[in-house]
Amino acid sequence: MSKMEKEPLFSAKNLKYLTGPFSKNNPVIVQILGICSALAVTVQLKPAIVMALSVMVVTAFSNLVMSCLRNGIPARIRIIVQLVVIAALVIVVDQILKAFVYEVSKQLSVYVGLIITNCIVMGRVEAFALANKPWPAFLDGIGNGFGYGLILVIVAFFRELLGSGTLFGLRIIPESWYLAEGGFYSNCGLMLFPPMALIIVGCIIWVHRSYNKDLQEK
Amino acid sequence: MSALRNYVDKIKPTFSKGGKLGFLESTFDAFETFLFVPNTTTSHGVHIRDCNDMKRTMSVVIFALLPALFFGFYNTGYQHFLSQGVTPEFGASLWFGFLAVLPLIVVSYVVGLGIEFMFAQLRGHEVNEGFLVTGLLIPMIMPVDVPLWMVALGTAFAVVFGKEVFGGTGMNIINPALMARAFVFFAYTPSMSGAKVWIAGMTSGQGVIDGFSGATALENLAKDGTLGFSPMDAFLGFIPGSIGETSTLAILIGAAILLFTGIASWRTMISVFVGGLAMGYVFELTGVTTYPAWWHLIIGGFAFGAVFMATDPVTSAQTNKGKYIVGFMTGAIAIMIRVVNPAYPEGMMLSILFMNMLAPLIDYFVVEANISRRKKRVKLAK
Repeated sequence: MSKMEKEPLFSAKNLKYLTGPFSKNNPVIVQILGICSALAVTVQLKPAIVMALSVMVVTAFSNLVMSCLRNGIPARIRIIVQLVVIAALVIVVDQILKAFVYEVSKQLSVYVGLIITNCIVMGRVEAFALANKPWPAFLDGIGNGFGYGLILVIVAFFRELLGSGTLFGLRIIPESWYLAEGGFYSNCGLMLFPPMALIIVGCIIWVHRSYNKDLQEK
Repeated sequence: MSALRNYVDKIKPTFSKGGKLGFLESTFDAFETFLFVPNTTTSHGVHIRDCNDMKRTMSVVIFALLPALFFGFYNTGYQHFLSQGVTPEFGASLWFGFLAVLPLIVVSYVVGLGIEFMFAQLRGHEVNEGFLVTGLLIPMIMPVDVPLWMVALGTAFAVVFGKEVFGGTGMNIINPALMARAFVFFAYTPSMSGAKVWIAGMTSGQGVIDGFSGATALENLAKDGTLGFSPMDAFLGFIPGSIGETSTLAILIGAAILLFTGIASWRTMISVFVGGLAMGYVFELTGVTTYPAWWHLIIGGFAFGAVFMATDPVTSAQTNKGKYIVGFMTGAIAIMIRVVNPAYPEGMMLSILFMNMLAPLIDYFVVEANISRRKKRVKLAK
């Protein structure tokens, strides 16, 4: 460790930790993690974005904290330490949501608390933070949280637009188009059910893989 | 005939690899084999093949569907004129029904075949003929008043997510036609259920005479345990319902064709009816229902599902024992959903889709049981 050189904060390597999970190493569509919450909170855009931000904060700071602690924790009890750290962060996020965006936090209900069990958080701590320095670990957490959020927003966009005809609660498809008003259109009720979210995630994976041939399984 | 053959041979190089329109090879191949029996020989494996290839098989199924389809035309017109208070005449009813149903058939075929051809072209394999039957089944299990774009969307969904993502015809886990119906049913429930959608013109607010109800026999049954029609009318098909499903008689004619030509499995077909009847009797004897159990067999989509859907050779069980089990369960679950779940007056679609999913598992256990039985026999002999 003697001849360690000072690395610039946003070196090419560090940037890769940040941007890798956006697409090529996306937690949802490549690592297939965190699917359950992606199905549960994507009926509308607003809760999806709040959820994405919450997860981003939790992954980033749990990575940071665990990376700082990594040399001080005996390997045998690391999981319980991780849980304490993550749980504490999730409670902080939950309380902030309740204080400032109460309506959305009511919509998200248990899913904020369930960030603790989100496989992305634990997965990144285990796979990355315990073996890397705090700054890269923090960037990795931000990157993975963002990658997760990206998919959430795409899924929620389609589900809200086709399932309710609105975006962020604002009406996009005019009322007069609807069958009940004498028009021809009808909302796709299936979009409100979780199975359709899974199919949309599947479509995103389909499109993504056909652009990134190296990711295709043989 | 030979003139056509010569013409096809003449334009063939244009569509072959390297030709001017070489990218349309799959499309050309589809039409050529549609017109003529392909003269390709197998390169390996079994060389004796039945001349009855998949296109002829599908044609027989289409043929078997025709009685139900024609009755569907007639009944669509019949119910429409009845709702208007006009005496339904045979010719006028048939013509009215034909015009009402034709757009559904056209939409289903154009959308479905369009997607099939596109996928075949992209993947460079020949177009499969599976959609020939699916494309006719889809309109036959829809209510006549369903908006066309919903049919198109349902068809597209079924072909892409029911079939093509699994690898095309013969690889699908669940019946694509039923998947189209399930999609439209769950996505646009108000357009697929209720008392209005089954009569042509009733949803668009055309006047209906006093006292006429468009409710199906199943809806009546779920509501107060009566058919609302005479059992004979229900058997012959003069009741509201999805286009092709109303006439049990016409469906039985189709069943006879399928069984005579050996295309559908009699094991599946019979056991669906047995399963449905058995479950119906269970409910009747325990006093859950107050009407005779056999009513279940002549109303709703039970007969249609049993004859044309449950027997689908791809999605049904492959082993003989598995066919009995899957068939029995399909019938039993359909009646169970009808009676126990008030949200779904009809359970045939859900039960067939459910058993489609379980069929490979049941096959697996049947095969495993056979293996272990024979192993035991070997041990005994030693």
